[in-house]
Amino acid sequence: MDYFWELFFGGLTRGAIYALIALGYTMVYGIIELINFAHGEIYMIGAFTALIVAGVLSMMGFSGISILVLASLVAVIYSMSYGFTLEKIAYRPLRHAPRLSPLISAIGMSIFLQNYVLLAQTSDFLPFPRLIPKFEFMKPYYSTMAESDLLIILVAAVAMILLTMLIKFTKMGKAMRATAQNRKMAMLVGVNVDRIISTTFIIGSALAALGGVLIASHIGQINFYIGFIAGIKAFTAAVLGGIGSIPGAVLGSLVLGWTESFGTGYISSDYEDVFAFSLLVLILIFRPAGILGRSTTQKV
Amino acid sequence: MNGLKKSLLVSIWFMFLTFPIMVIRVNTVNKTIEWRWENVLWIGLGSFVLSFVWRYLMERRNRGGSSDGDQGGKVQTMIRQIMTQPRFFLPAGAFLLAAAAVFPLITSTYQVNIMITALIYVMLGLGLNIVVGLAGLLDLGYVAFYAVGAYTYALLNYHFGLGFWLVLPLGGALGALFGILLGFPVLRLRGDYLAIVTLGFGEIIRLILENWNEFSQGPSGIANISRPGFFGMEMGVTQASVYIYYLMIAMVIVTIFVVNRLQDSRIGRAWMALREDEIACQAMGIDKMKTKLMAFSLGATWAGFAGVIFAAKTTFINPASFTFLESAIILSIVVLGGMGSILGVILAAFIMILLPEYLRAFSEYRMLIFGAAMVLMMVFRPQGLISTPKRHYTYKGQAKETGAKA
Repeated sequence: MDYFWELFFGGLTRGAIYALIALGYTMVYGIIELINFAHGEIYMIGAFTALIVAGVLSMMGFSGISILVLASLVAVIYSMSYGFTLEKIAYRPLRHAPRLSPLISAIGMSIFLQNYVLLAQTSDFLPFPRLIPKFEFMKPYYSTMAESDLLIILVAAVAMILLTMLIKFTKMGKAMRATAQNRKMAMLVGVNVDRIISTTFIIGSALAALGGVLIASHIGQINFYIGFIAGIKAFTAAVLGGIGSIPGAVLGSLVLGWTESFGTGYISSDYEDVFAFSLLVLILIFRPAGILGRSTTQKV
Repeated sequence: MNGLKKSLLVSIWFMFLTFPIMVIRVNTVNKTIEWRWENVLWIGLGSFVLSFVWRYLMERRNRGGSSDGDQGGKVQTMIRQIMTQPRFFLPAGAFLLAAAAVFPLITSTYQVNIMITALIYVMLGLGLNIVVGLAGLLDLGYVAFYAVGAYTYALLNYHFGLGFWLVLPLGGALGALFGILLGFPVLRLRGDYLAIVTLGFGEIIRLILENWNEFSQGPSGIANISRPGFFGMEMGVTQASVYIYYLMIAMVIVTIFVVNRLQDSRIGRAWMALREDEIACQAMGIDKMKTKLMAFSLGATWAGFAGVIFAAKTTFINPASFTFLESAIILSIVVLGGMGSILGVILAAFIMILLPEYLRAFSEYRMLIFGAAMVLMMVFRPQGLISTPKRHYTYKGQAKETGAKA
């Protein structure tokens, strides 16, 4: 039974990470119906920025927890800036183009950012410092859960609650919902649609950066390619839950996390990614709208 | 003055944006930091200049409306004229053919090998062009069919010693089969969902090849695949390359011929109708399912062929040759060339493969440039290098009466 709980919490941690990334996908898709392929790259850049800042700070003699906070803060700020710039360069000029154009542009941007980090930094795996401190009270639970797991789950939960509140109760959230529902109509009632879309990218990128920092210090190494697989999986999670829906993204991420965790634990660890992709293919075939998504009929 | 200020802001923004990644390199093992301050200068200068170019192009794009500027338009019509008038394209084609025929006689084996690679990509591009360019189905897992072809030949050759000529049609057929297998479940999906599922499918195939050691020998791959034979003749490495080169030329010509005929056929028109408007197309009585499946399987067939030839050419394959990046390269060939345009795809394949080969110095930056080119192409020239003209049919019979209305 211990093994089961270990896998259960492992899956929960994974799911929480996926959720942080998946929220960015689902928000962007909800508003402009674009799969932001470069979102995984934003996550990777967040992790790299955190690594660089943490490296510099630790050599300057800062201590554990302050490094963690500062590195995450800088990573979040930089990821937000990247998200904002990305939207401005690669997606905004294509607002009225056919559907395939922004998607191809997004793939191009993803390749570009990967190689930018590859050339400017390195292609090797870099060891990421263990930024998450050890707590005394966690000792008895080590067989199932470590500090990093707890922290990841807590941060993800808080981020999601804040996001939900932002969307439900603030004026900005209202404008976002309006834009998602009908962009033209929102524009007519005085919503600055361009700004809303930028904000969506910025919020999504901030969450992705948080995910990046947390998972990097959880796993302990990063390279320029981590964004690709994580991005695809987070997208899978978003689709699984019903893309465009925020609770759906969270639910989908948890389901995906558990599928992978139990799949690798009980079947075979070689096929971890195959489980994720197979789940994606199956879901799209049998329930294209996702678990919580509503299927919409296409209008002519 | 306003422009200067804007560009200054842009360059400051990019200096800020690229600061940690471009300037600082941390070595966490040796505890050293490398500061590369000169990069700030380059980024600042570069983005300052580029922002002017960007704004100029943006203005031109907004002014020029949809697509062709004056100059582009002229070149386009010229190319189109050459393409349509036998007076022009027959000698041009004959010249190209002659040049292609003497190419291996006057250059080295190395050059011939590069050319073979380029020709393989021409074939892959033309194959994907059927799926993406003609039928408008974004397939991000195209490389999976390429892998199917390559592994078909490698495994059959390894286990049963089957020859190239026997496996070539088999590879194509298996490619088509996989195309249908993938096509069936994803028929109902629209645009971007389709893209993701095909991507997932491509990754599944690669991961299986990598992990199923008993079947595919895993990441170490399969070596010593035999080269194609020619009536049992013994050939050295040089002769074999030249032979494969001619073979590729022949294959590409066949491909061009087939794709060209397909374009004008009933099914080709159905694809284009599907690409333009799925619902209207269904309303016109086109069987959506059959049309899409045809596109998938025909596209996959060419990838299967190309895979078999690739395996025969390199005599060694492993899953690392079939990553998502490969799919992205093939896709960018199609996009760069102009979706649906045969000439454009051929041109783009040569540019994408030959340029980095000959400019070794910048081959590091190759993927960076690919990525940027994809974005810029979508923003400034979505129709590609050579766009296919939209065909208009004018009904001549009663033009006088209905002319006013139309």
